[in-house]
Amino acid sequence: MGSSKKQTAVPVRTKVPSPEEVEKRNTVHINAETVTNVTSTDFPGFYPGEDHSWDIEKFRESVRVVFHQNDPYEAQFSLIGVDASIANAFRRIMIADIPTLAIEDIFMWNNTSVIQDEVLGHRLGLIPFTGGKEGLHNFLKWYKKGETPCDYNTVELELKVKCENNESAPADSKDPKELYHNAHVYAKDIKFVPKGRQAKYFSGENAIRPTNPDILVAKMRPGQEIDLTMHMHKGVGSDHAKFSPVATASYRLMPTITILEPILGRDAEKFQKCFPEGVIGLEKVTKEEAKKKGSGYEGHEGELKAVVLDAMRDTVSRECLRHDEFKDKVKLGRRRDHFIYLVESTGQWESDAIFLESIAHLKEKAKRFEKQVVNMVQ
Amino acid sequence: MGKITKFGDEGEEVTMKETPTSHQPEAQDDVSMADAGEEGEEGDEEYEEGEGTKVRLLPGSTPTAASFEFLDENHTLGNALRYVIMKNPDVEFCAYAIPHPSEAKMNVRIQTYEGTTAVEALRKGLRDIQDLCDVVSDKFLEARKDFTDKKAAASA
Repeated sequence: MGSSKKQTAVPVRTKVPSPEEVEKRNTVHINAETVTNVTSTDFPGFYPGEDHSWDIEKFRESVRVVFHQNDPYEAQFSLIGVDASIANAFRRIMIADIPTLAIEDIFMWNNTSVIQDEVLGHRLGLIPFTGGKEGLHNFLKWYKKGETPCDYNTVELELKVKCENNESAPADSKDPKELYHNAHVYAKDIKFVPKGRQAKYFSGENAIRPTNPDILVAKMRPGQEIDLTMHMHKGVGSDHAKFSPVATASYRLMPTITILEPILGRDAEKFQKCFPEGVIGLEKVTKEEAKKKGSGYEGHEGELKAVVLDAMRDTVSRECLRHDEFKDKVKLGRRRDHFIYLVESTGQWESDAIFLESIAHLKEKAKRFEKQVVNMVQ
Repeated sequence: MGKITKFGDEGEEVTMKETPTSHQPEAQDDVSMADAGEEGEEGDEEYEEGEGTKVRLLPGSTPTAASFEFLDENHTLGNALRYVIMKNPDVEFCAYAIPHPSEAKMNVRIQTYEGTTAVEALRKGLRDIQDLCDVVSDKFLEARKDFTDKKAAASA
């Protein structure tokens, strides 16, 4: 980009590395005891004569996204062609910066159960809730410290349960759930109390409710009761994990398995067992392969050989490198720029929406700072 | 005591672009603390040039070599920004650091070749991140559409 501006100062960068060289640079080597070639080198000036300057058009051509799974609460996809620093930024934003609604204040009117107020409060805070997306994302706003709670920044919940003897329980029963009413308090016992305009956004199937209704909150015995009011606010994961929209948001690098020399017969079967199911397959050596001189298959027609079926399923346990017979026949590695994301939502966002939101968040952040840098006094 | 909540029906000015509750300054209820010590205010002087400015030029800068201090930023922006700035051929050196884990500050050092400035390199870096985000977003939406289309075709 900058090179066209002042041709005199910047050397001409026209050298293009060969595809093999690009592949080599793009692979993190996984050896028996070490990991090598770990840092990215795609910066201007690192390789003399090569052009590695930022070019949005080149980036547009090289970056790829491939989906593997896209369910509301679990998504898996590959982001290919970006640097680890960018991929990591998206992951960190998903965990720590995307807002969700969680229980923040609890007014404990009565708690005679054996579980202490502060422990009960902590347990309640960690319960993930869900509800109408429009209301959650657009209607609800940040709660301002010290402000009076309003319908657009606070959601009120109620938990009022009392444990009593069950008169109609079978005489010989020993199960507390039969003997008593409300012996177990579940997340589903928490009631949403709509206020103001909340009735419009959170009614029917859009009501604020626990994502997993069967979370056990407390246990009680006859005579004990819990009576409390809760206020939910919006918050971010960097403040408290309860606000994180994801159960996991992680990535791993795409594994590579290169078989350098033929692995045949019983060895092939043993080799297959070194990997998780479906990674290595067994195929018969064909006539053509057996005929080819120098292929290593001469005279082995019809025997089984090990082939790589799906390297993505590998866990890179390096088990195969522990056996002397495979040591020099296989090379393990990972693609430096191929990130396999796994995003598991806790219910307030669709999993794929969380990733989109993280992109938007990074952009917004850069935009805000760009404005401030332009105004910066130099 | 009854219910202490008062739910109003108005208040539309608030937007989600403002700071989360946990990042807001403490509420006024500790006024007595502020009154107690006047020296406490001087520390904030450096940031008074602009309301809500979260980035400043650290002292000792020259046009082509400067350090910037970002407030309330961490590795998320730090490493991403370092990467795109290093991709700029006019930049000789770029690095970021978090000087101390208990201070929410992130520093970026930029040294450029003659002909441009460190501030310009930072501005370009921030610009490039935005372009990058647009491309990733487009590609993601495209891939998602392909995936749902394929799934629909398979089940049909």
